[in-house]
Amino acid sequence: MRGTSLFLLSVSAAALAGSAPACAAWQPQKPIEFVATAGPGGGTDNIARAVQNIITKYKLTEQPIVVVNKGGGSGAEGYVYGKASAGDPYKVIFGTSNAWQQPLVSKVAFNYTDLTPIAAMAQDEFLLWVKQDAPYKTAGDYLKAAASGEFKMGGAQSKDTDEVLTRMIEKVGHVKLTYIPFKSGAETAVQLAGGHLDSHVNNPSESIGQWRGGTQRPLCVFSPKRLPQGAKVTLSEGWSDVPTCAEQGLDIKQYEQPRTVWLPGKVTPEQAAYYVDLMKKVQATPEWKDYIEKSSQIDTFLTGADFDKFIKEDLEHVKQVASEQGWLVK
Amino acid sequence: MDNLSELFHGFTIAVTVPHLALMAVGVLLGILVGVLPGLGAPNGVSLLLPLTFGMQPVSAIILLSSMYWGALFGGSVTSILFNIPGEPSSVATTFDGYPMARDGRPTTALATAFGSAAFGALVGVILITFLASWVAQVALAFGPAEYFAVYFLAFASFVGMGGAAPVKTVVALAIGFAIAAIGIDTVSGSVRLTMGVDELVKGVNFVVAVMGLFGIGELLVAVEEEFHARAVSSKIEWREVFRTVGRLPRHSVALLRSAAIGCWMGITPGGPTAASFMSYGIARRFSRRGRYFGTGEVEGIISPETADHAAGTSALLPMLSLGIPGSATAAVMMGGLMIWGLNPGPMLFVDQKDFVWGLIASMYVGNIVAVALVLLTVPVFAALMRIPFVIIAPLIVIICVVGAYSVSNSYLDVVMMLGFGIVGYLFKKLFYPLAPLVLAIVIGDKAEDAFRQSMLMSRGSLGIFFANKLVTCLVVAGIALLLLPLVLQLARVWRKPASPNVETQSQEKVVI
Repeated sequence: MRGTSLFLLSVSAAALAGSAPACAAWQPQKPIEFVATAGPGGGTDNIARAVQNIITKYKLTEQPIVVVNKGGGSGAEGYVYGKASAGDPYKVIFGTSNAWQQPLVSKVAFNYTDLTPIAAMAQDEFLLWVKQDAPYKTAGDYLKAAASGEFKMGGAQSKDTDEVLTRMIEKVGHVKLTYIPFKSGAETAVQLAGGHLDSHVNNPSESIGQWRGGTQRPLCVFSPKRLPQGAKVTLSEGWSDVPTCAEQGLDIKQYEQPRTVWLPGKVTPEQAAYYVDLMKKVQATPEWKDYIEKSSQIDTFLTGADFDKFIKEDLEHVKQVASEQGWLVK
Repeated sequence: MDNLSELFHGFTIAVTVPHLALMAVGVLLGILVGVLPGLGAPNGVSLLLPLTFGMQPVSAIILLSSMYWGALFGGSVTSILFNIPGEPSSVATTFDGYPMARDGRPTTALATAFGSAAFGALVGVILITFLASWVAQVALAFGPAEYFAVYFLAFASFVGMGGAAPVKTVVALAIGFAIAAIGIDTVSGSVRLTMGVDELVKGVNFVVAVMGLFGIGELLVAVEEEFHARAVSSKIEWREVFRTVGRLPRHSVALLRSAAIGCWMGITPGGPTAASFMSYGIARRFSRRGRYFGTGEVEGIISPETADHAAGTSALLPMLSLGIPGSATAAVMMGGLMIWGLNPGPMLFVDQKDFVWGLIASMYVGNIVAVALVLLTVPVFAALMRIPFVIIAPLIVIICVVGAYSVSNSYLDVVMMLGFGIVGYLFKKLFYPLAPLVLAIVIGDKAEDAFRQSMLMSRGSLGIFFANKLVTCLVVAGIALLLLPLVLQLARVWRKPASPNVETQSQEKVVI
């Protein structure tokens, strides 16, 4: 077993090494800094460290890579740092859709246009979670019960992805929810387990331990089709058994959070192209597949025009919700 | 008795030659990062994390947790010798540890700290061993209202504690709250008090504040007062180490009380910082020698250290069973757990018995290894006190500057640290207490979040703080602690009628 996987690794490493010289336009000459716009231990930190590991393991670059955490101000610290490092191709910023959403709703000193987009590397799904012993079995039941107007919805941060989704649920489901912001998804999951909340919209990795432990269960997933087949999470169910919200009458077809990678502004196209290529190589490794599967994310790779289009569409959509809620900052 | 047999199984995993070697390496590295400027446990653990990816999860967590124990002990060293706390939870240790070290008894101060810390950790592990499942349930009962009540209790045990005038305590608290409010507000998502400095959006880091307030502040005072500037002629004596540890049982009341406070605050997610402050505050109030606290009292070291380690140890339980990290270091370790392919959460205890009980057993052994190693190094550290002031003073400045810079590689932090140094100096000169200021910086924003989350839940009704037995008890205990000094004062006035009446009334207004 060990032997085979080692063999496979060396084969794929050789394949990667073979493809490398084709694009040797710009090469880093000094150590590279990966800036995670979140504290240690969160999803953004994990992806930065996973990428660092894969690059180091396959020696995709000669230069050493260090991960630093700049998670202050819900990630704003890291983006502001990226803006301040304009023209420096040795700072790679790892974030989420926060990069364009946060400047809409709070007076932070950056905008996503201050950065150079590299890629969106993985999509985190959102699910509607309730306490294990809650009486409702479907999203429809949940909405009926929530009509009382007494429901408390928890989420990570304020006016961020979780609250945007909550407001969308309110609008589509014709209910009123009290949104209570916490520091992180993990904290929110524990609050639901303790019965202090009625529901939350965590990503799979934030609540998988709690689901397996029987403190909470997902009602539906905000995705156009069911999640891919994987290992069972509980004795009888896995992610693919969770129905989509649309099929249960909560008509939000798609809502997901991309993990994004950026360079500071004012870098040359060659420098940006180098990192796009580097991330593509990372994505081709078995370790990456392993990381994606363990963190229950969806593997995607958006770059260039596709990534721009994605940002524009998401921005339009969030802007609409934000203006309805009166969150927009002038 | 199920737990006992599991524990023995755990020992068979933990007590093997490679694991013991990992513990020793981890502890030594931990002491190093604890003592070295600006590193600290969370950074040390994240530096070591990539090395563990190829290891078995049990071996990896043993290495990382041993490093954590080592760093906790190492952090007390700088608190006591140089008045620079490396972790929020060792701030309270400086109050009596530093005066005692300056007084020529660094060996005693260090040995007392290490001995009581080991006792606290031991009580914490025993608690985890026997009450694992119960403890996990208690932590679940904590919603925002209960969190707020715990923080309120920690603040209450400090206000009007005696020593400084209550008005000054309240002023210090208020300044601390204002500093804690800088940055992004969790509840509204808006940016507060950045005063046009873009980078301040990240908020004020605790290490930056404390290095300035304590390290630089104390240095400025020392430069002014010649007494401080003398090198301390401390005897380096091995026997003093053992004598000090041998004397600890005489303070068994303080030890037990502090361990109880520590465990309670560790399980309820108040955390080690709140625990050490609360334990110090309560010890000061109930000790017969309370009024000598702050001048180098043995119990002033025992109380915070015992509570800190009891809480730090028992706080690992909520991390494992619920996935809530109790401290920055625990958060890094949790990231590690996920990379090793384990999901922290209720099922860890069922799915991963070897891992969980191997870790718990290693806590016993790791702490014994740690305390043995640190006790051996006490004389070496104590010898640092003999270095003359002209050499040590620039060293302290270097430690503080490097420490502040390395928090997030930011020059702004260094400037802020120096600014805090001046604040610390002014506080000392004007007899304002630093402890409430630091307490408010550390848990002020958490208390605010919890309060506002509760208000969202109850739609603005304060009734939520009396909604169930748990939260009512906590709030009532907090109010009682707030009012206790007032009642005592009134009682004194009752016995000695007439003169100080007016003064009492004015104080009453302040406390409320």
